[in-house]
Amino acid sequence: MNPHDFTSGDYAPAPESSDHISLKKSYDLFIGGKWVKAASKFDTINPATGKVIAEVSSAGKKEVNQAVKAARKAYDGEWSSISGAERGKYLFRIARLLQERAREFAVIESMDGGKPIRESRDIDVPLAAAHFFYHAGWADKLEYAFPGKKPKPLGVVGQVIPWNFPLLMAAWKIAPALACGNTVVLKPAETTPLTALKLAELLEDAELPAGVVNIITGDGETGQALVEHSDIDKVAFTGSTAVGKSIRRTVAGTDKRYTLELGGKAANIIFEDAPINEAVEGIINGIFFNQGHVCCAGSRLFVQESIADKVIRKLKKRIGTLKVGDPLDKNTDIGAINSAEQLARIKALVNAGEKEGACIWQPEGRLPRKGNWFKPTLFTDCAQSHRIVQEEIFGPVLAIQTFRTPQEAIEKANNTPYGLSGGVWTDKGSKIFKMTTSLNAGVVWANTYNKFDPTSPFGGYKESGIGREGGLHGLSAYLNL
Amino acid sequence: MTIKKTYKLFIGGKFPRTESGRVIEVRGKDGALLANMSQASRKDFREAVVAARKASAGWAKATAYLRGQIIYRIAEILDGRGEQFVSELVSHGLRENKARKDLAQAIDLLVYYAGWSDKYQAVFSSVNPVASSHFNFSAPQPNGVVGIIAPGRGSLSELVSTLAPVIVGGNCAVVLSPQDATTAISFSEVLATSDVPAGVVNILTGERDELGLEFAKHMDVNALMLCSSDSDETRALELEAAENLKRVSVHPNKSLKEDPYLITDFQEVKTTWHPVGV
Repeated sequence: MNPHDFTSGDYAPAPESSDHISLKKSYDLFIGGKWVKAASKFDTINPATGKVIAEVSSAGKKEVNQAVKAARKAYDGEWSSISGAERGKYLFRIARLLQERAREFAVIESMDGGKPIRESRDIDVPLAAAHFFYHAGWADKLEYAFPGKKPKPLGVVGQVIPWNFPLLMAAWKIAPALACGNTVVLKPAETTPLTALKLAELLEDAELPAGVVNIITGDGETGQALVEHSDIDKVAFTGSTAVGKSIRRTVAGTDKRYTLELGGKAANIIFEDAPINEAVEGIINGIFFNQGHVCCAGSRLFVQESIADKVIRKLKKRIGTLKVGDPLDKNTDIGAINSAEQLARIKALVNAGEKEGACIWQPEGRLPRKGNWFKPTLFTDCAQSHRIVQEEIFGPVLAIQTFRTPQEAIEKANNTPYGLSGGVWTDKGSKIFKMTTSLNAGVVWANTYNKFDPTSPFGGYKESGIGREGGLHGLSAYLNL
Repeated sequence: MTIKKTYKLFIGGKFPRTESGRVIEVRGKDGALLANMSQASRKDFREAVVAARKASAGWAKATAYLRGQIIYRIAEILDGRGEQFVSELVSHGLRENKARKDLAQAIDLLVYYAGWSDKYQAVFSSVNPVASSHFNFSAPQPNGVVGIIAPGRGSLSELVSTLAPVIVGGNCAVVLSPQDATTAISFSEVLATSDVPAGVVNILTGERDELGLEFAKHMDVNALMLCSSDSDETRALELEAAENLKRVSVHPNKSLKEDPYLITDFQEVKTTWHPVGV
C-alpha cells in the first residue's frame, strides 16, 4: 500500500456516527419566533459526497423586510424592557443547551461544510458555546467596560457570516449583540446554513423572546438586501475584503454602524533559534487547519535562510502523514473543500503560482473520487509579486519565502494590504516583542498559531477589516457609547 | 512700518510655498490685506503624506513619556506666544475676549492630552483570561498616518481639539485647515519650535472641495478625521475611503470636547498570544 494513499491511509476508518442527529428534509426561515415559508428553496450539499443533505429557503426582499420588522418589534418591546441580568440568563441558557447538543452540532457542521469532525467537535462547537457563556456575563456589567460612558444598545443588527466556521461565526455575532441589548437578523452562508438553522431550533428551546434573533437563509442577494435595509442600525460582516468594501460603501454617509472582519494573508515567521519541531507543527496547523479556509491562516511562510532546507524537509515529511478524506472520520486531518466554486478558485491560483515560476510540491497519493478535494500544497521559490503571495487563496496552499534579518522579515510580512494576523517563532523573548509589535496585524501568535478564545479580541488592521470581535474590545461594536 | 509675514504651508518640518503658485487672499474686516496664503494643491498634499509616513515609525516608537512632554511643550510655547494669536484671531474678526478664551482653550486641550500620553494604553488595554495555557493581551497601537479635515471656522482651539488626540496616540497627521485661517500656519511655527519631530504634523491651507476627496482617496492614509456637518460631503468622502478601508471618524464641524475616546478612535487593538510553560 502506498503510505500516502489518502483514501485508505494507515489507519482503519473511524467514522463518527451520524445516527443521533436530527435533520429535517426542508427548512423554512426563522422570523419572529416562527418558521416562515419563502417562495423558493435551494439545496445544501455535503461537499465530501456531493449529496443533498436538506433544502433550505431563499429569503427575498419581502422576507428580509419581515425579519427586520420582527427584530425591530422585539427591540422596541420585550427585549428592551428586561434587565441586563435577565438577558444574561438567556445567553447562559443558550450556552448550556449548545454544550448539551454539542455532538449533534459537530456532526452536522462537518457534513454541511466539509471540515474534519476532530475540528468541529474540539474547536468550533465548544468555542461557540464558550462565546455565549462569556458574553452572558457581560450583559449586566457593560458600564464597567467603558470608563466614563453609559453604554446603550444600538437597536437592530444585520449580520452576515461566512461558510468557514458557520456555527462559531453565528455565536461570535449573536452573543455580543444580545449581551449588549440588541436584536438580530442573521444570514448564514449559502453553502453552510444548517447549524444556524439548528441554532434557531435551540433558541426556541431556550425560549428566547420571539424576534430577538431571526435567521434567514439565502445567497449573496439576501445578504445585500439585509445590509441595505433602511431600518437596521448596524451591519456586522465576516467574509471577503471585496464584499466588505462594498458594504462599507453601502453604509457611507449613513448613521449605520459597521464591523467588518475580512480577508488575510498572514505571515508566519520562523527564526533559526525557534524550536523547530514545534514550529513545524505550528506551520501545519497555521495553513491546513480547516483546509486553509481560515481568514487568519498562516498562508505565507517566512523561514530564516539558514534553516530553510531543514524546515522544508521536515514540513514535507509531516505533510506526508496528513490524512485527507472523509470529514466524519476521526482520523482525518484535512476534510473537503467547502464548495466546487471554492475548489475552482484554489486551482486557478495554484495554476497562477506555477505559471509565475514558483515551485510546487504536493504529496503522493490519491484523493477520493467524489466530492471536492485538494491536496496540501507547498510553493517554494516564491517572489513578493506572485499572486499566491499577494492574494488570499483560502485553501491548503502555503507560499514559502526566506529572509536573513528580522528587519527583512518585518518588511516582507507587512508588504500586503491585509493585516489580520501573523506568527512568530523564536526562543528569544526580546525578539518576540520586537516582531509582535512591528507586525501590522490585529492578532499575533508567538510560538503558537490559530488559537481563539471568546475573551480575546480578534480583528484586522488595514484592509483585513474594521473593529474587533470578542473580549472587552469587541463589545463596543454593539454599543452606543 | 510693520514687517508682514509670508504664510506658507507646513510639510515635513519645513515651510514650503505651494508648488502650484496659487494664493488665497485673506483680508481683514477693514479690507486690508492680511496675507496671501498658500492654496495647497493635490501634489502638496501627496508630499505631506510622504513626510508623515517617513516620520510615522519614529513617532510611534517614541516613548509615551516623551510624547507627553512634547505635547506639553507645544502648550508652553503657545502660551509664550499668546499675544500673537490673540491679535491674529482679532484680525480675523473675533472679539478680544473671545480670542483670549479660544487661546486658553487651545492651551488647556494640549495640557489635557499631554497628560493622556502614558495613560490611555493602560485604560484601554486588557489581559485576556483565555481558557488555555497562554498569556494573552490586547493593547492599542497607532493607526499610522491620519488625515484631519479640521473644522471650518478657523479658531485655534478647533484645530487643536482635532490634532492633539491624534498625535498623542503616536499617529502622524496631515491637516487640512480652513483656507482663511492664518492661525493654523502660525500654529505650525509653534509646532516647529516645540521639539515635534519633522513630519509628525503637516498643515495645509486650501480648498476643502478640492482636497477633501484626495484625503479620502489616498492609499497611504490609514485614517480620516472628518469634521463635517454636511451629509453629502461625508458620503462622498466615505465612498472613497472604502477603497483601502480607512478608519473614518466623523464629527460635527466645530470644536471637539476633551475625550480620551478620540484617542482610541485612531488606534488599532493588537492581540498577542504566547504559550505559558517551561
